[in-house]
Amino acid sequence: MSDPLRTMYVWCPDWPVLAAEIVDGIPAHAPVAVLAANQVVACSEAARREGVRRGLRKREAQGRCPQLTVVDHDPGRDARAFEPVVAAVEELAPGVAVVRPGACALAARGPARYFGSEDSAAERIVEQVAQAHAVEAQIGIADGMFAAGLAARSGAIVPPGETASFLAGLDISTVDRPALVDLLRRLGIATLGQFAALPAADVLARFGLDAAMAHRLAAGRDERPLAVRQPPPDLAVSEEFEPALERTDAAAFAARQLAVRLHDRLAGHGLACTRIGITAVTEHGEELHRTWRHDGLLSAAAIADRVRWQLDGWLSGTALPAPGRSGAAPPAPAFGNSGSARPGPPLGGSGTHQAWGRPSAGILRLSLVPDGLLAHAGLQLGLWGEVGVERDRAHRALVRVQGMLGPQAVVTAVLGGGRDPGAQATLVPWGDERAPDRPALPPWPGRLGAPAPAAVPAEPLPAVVLDGTGAPVGVTSRLALTAAPAWLSIQPARPPVNQPAGSPVAQPAGPVAGHPTRGVAAERITAWAGPWPVDERWWAPAEANRRVRFQVCLADGRAMLLTLAGGDWSVTAIYD
Amino acid sequence: MAVGALVRSIGLSGLVRLASEHAEEVGSTAERMLPVLPELRRLLPGGGLRRGSTIAIHNGSASGSGGTSILFALLAAASAAGSWCAVIGLPDLGAVAAAESGIALERLALVPYPGPEWSSVVAALLDGFDVVATAPPGPVAASVATRLAARARQRGGVLVPFGQWSGADVVLEPVTGSWHGLGQGRGRLARRELVITSHGRGAAARPRQTTLRLPRSAARPTLVTPAPAPWADSLPEAVAS
Repeated sequence: MSDPLRTMYVWCPDWPVLAAEIVDGIPAHAPVAVLAANQVVACSEAARREGVRRGLRKREAQGRCPQLTVVDHDPGRDARAFEPVVAAVEELAPGVAVVRPGACALAARGPARYFGSEDSAAERIVEQVAQAHAVEAQIGIADGMFAAGLAARSGAIVPPGETASFLAGLDISTVDRPALVDLLRRLGIATLGQFAALPAADVLARFGLDAAMAHRLAAGRDERPLAVRQPPPDLAVSEEFEPALERTDAAAFAARQLAVRLHDRLAGHGLACTRIGITAVTEHGEELHRTWRHDGLLSAAAIADRVRWQLDGWLSGTALPAPGRSGAAPPAPAFGNSGSARPGPPLGGSGTHQAWGRPSAGILRLSLVPDGLLAHAGLQLGLWGEVGVERDRAHRALVRVQGMLGPQAVVTAVLGGGRDPGAQATLVPWGDERAPDRPALPPWPGRLGAPAPAAVPAEPLPAVVLDGTGAPVGVTSRLALTAAPAWLSIQPARPPVNQPAGSPVAQPAGPVAGHPTRGVAAERITAWAGPWPVDERWWAPAEANRRVRFQVCLADGRAMLLTLAGGDWSVTAIYD
Repeated sequence: MAVGALVRSIGLSGLVRLASEHAEEVGSTAERMLPVLPELRRLLPGGGLRRGSTIAIHNGSASGSGGTSILFALLAAASAAGSWCAVIGLPDLGAVAAAESGIALERLALVPYPGPEWSSVVAALLDGFDVVATAPPGPVAASVATRLAARARQRGGVLVPFGQWSGADVVLEPVTGSWHGLGQGRGRLARRELVITSHGRGAAARPRQTTLRLPRSAARPTLVTPAPAPWADSLPEAVAS
């Protein structure tokens, strides 16, 4: 049987309290208690002085210390805050095993030989953790992790071979098995030494396997190896440019090399990414970061294209044109995090062009951070090969058009939920993840049924609906029509900005039927149905949308979907 | 030929075909033709979208007369069979209706605003797509139309201009359309009959006509009425009183 491993145990006392200070900014020198299920799991030194202990109920703890700050226990927060501490320890010694947030263990032999002695190694690690993160740590060294953990409580270094005698004097409750401890106490066993003196076979027969494990620990025979964590590989690539890049083509050239490097690095780990964050920093500290999504796996060429699009937009001083509905609008670029030197992005005056002024200097650093990593199982072609070939051909053609017009100009529609035909379809740029704005489920009551209109103008066309006598038709608040609609006249469409003429938007047409519609051609309504009400988001006044819909058939055989909102009629869709 | 004689002698000539005959038919048509809906087969020479051809859709006098529905019907079968389709310059396209007609949206690329480089966008997409439908931004010069048609022929794509176009192989045009299911204050748009004519050059010179009934799944009507329908039945009475 191998000897227990000489183990160094790094322990940060009251870690949940420290984590609350690091993450949430709650001062740990004041009385603080961290509670889970209404019980104190950790408290600060100041609270302990006032008599707060682990296991107290919240009311009792507050009774002992009225100024106590109470924090909810969050294991995720503890783990997050501990990660940098582990990284700091790893800088000095490899092979760290995280025991739990607040404690980690490592083999003592390597650092002890490197730093000369166990004492100096422990001192060096405590200093490193304190300097890097202002966290106070204690270190215990003993044979086996159990003994080292107990030694860390007192900051002791137990000489090799004396672990059993060190443990013998400790209280039996340190085995951390309350039921067993309770039973042993009633049997008259108060220390680990007394427990370890029992015959192992009898302990196993009388108390079971778990107690036999505890018995081995108490005897100082802790042969469990350390579960050493693998530090996650650093996959991000970045490149510094000297002199700074001023021109788009130079930046695109650099981006291509960077993309190939990232792709090789990912492939070396057998990974591929579905999202990528691209960060560019200029000489003056301006920072542009944007995350690109992709519905498949990003190849080196696809990464290079995205870097080029982003830099193109930035260096030439204009964003990519954003025509169409909001679904197709480019996500607003997120300017650097806190502390970015960039003044707020100036909005272009045109409304459809979102310009975010040129950077004031060339690009100094470019970095690519892969995200959404998954194991790359190789390219899967269709069974007969044809599917992949056609798909590749289409993709190449689309990438070329995206190169001509910008990435947002080529879109693909995704069906989602919504009550109007326009809202049900989301247009996402080609190559992005096909995710709708609104989920298709749960159901959307008030949704219009099939058949759906074949033409949905981006902007509703204003219209006037008159009854048989020429009076405007309205709907009362109790959803009753004032009169049956008889005439529809569609106002000339407002010419949409940034859009070539000639798109088949409904133009006012049809004969002037000799009817009083103030000079605009009117069409007779031969059949109609409605009003079908929708009252969306009434709880949010800014986004509330209350309207009624009608379907109408006109005398010339056309059919339309009309909407009445706020007293104004409009044609929202044409059953072309 | 011994087999042929045997088949004839037993009287199975209507039931049995030579394997070579069958293979020839599939090989020649499937490679050059993209499928279309059965209703549209008689409008198109060869009964499908012949690769390299130009099939224009004239949209009548105003929108609403059925042009977009014809476009969807024309693309539906090819898209469902795995072809990639692109639609250029139609920002008002109803994606829900496209999906209802049977077009696979994940293989449908849209370029709503091609901008001034319209013709180069069309040419670029003809390289990679089986069917490219496009609404020209204005009157198209004959030279541009010829160039794009030649590109389609060379690449084996089908060009579907949506609007006035000179020199198309086949021109589809809606003649009349009528909607059913909508009454005076009740019902909803449920069914549609669209009469389509075709004329063109060569094999398509003789005008043909067909009736397209939409939605095509109307053979088995759904019993579930849409949510708004109850309002339609109850409210007009209240209005009339």
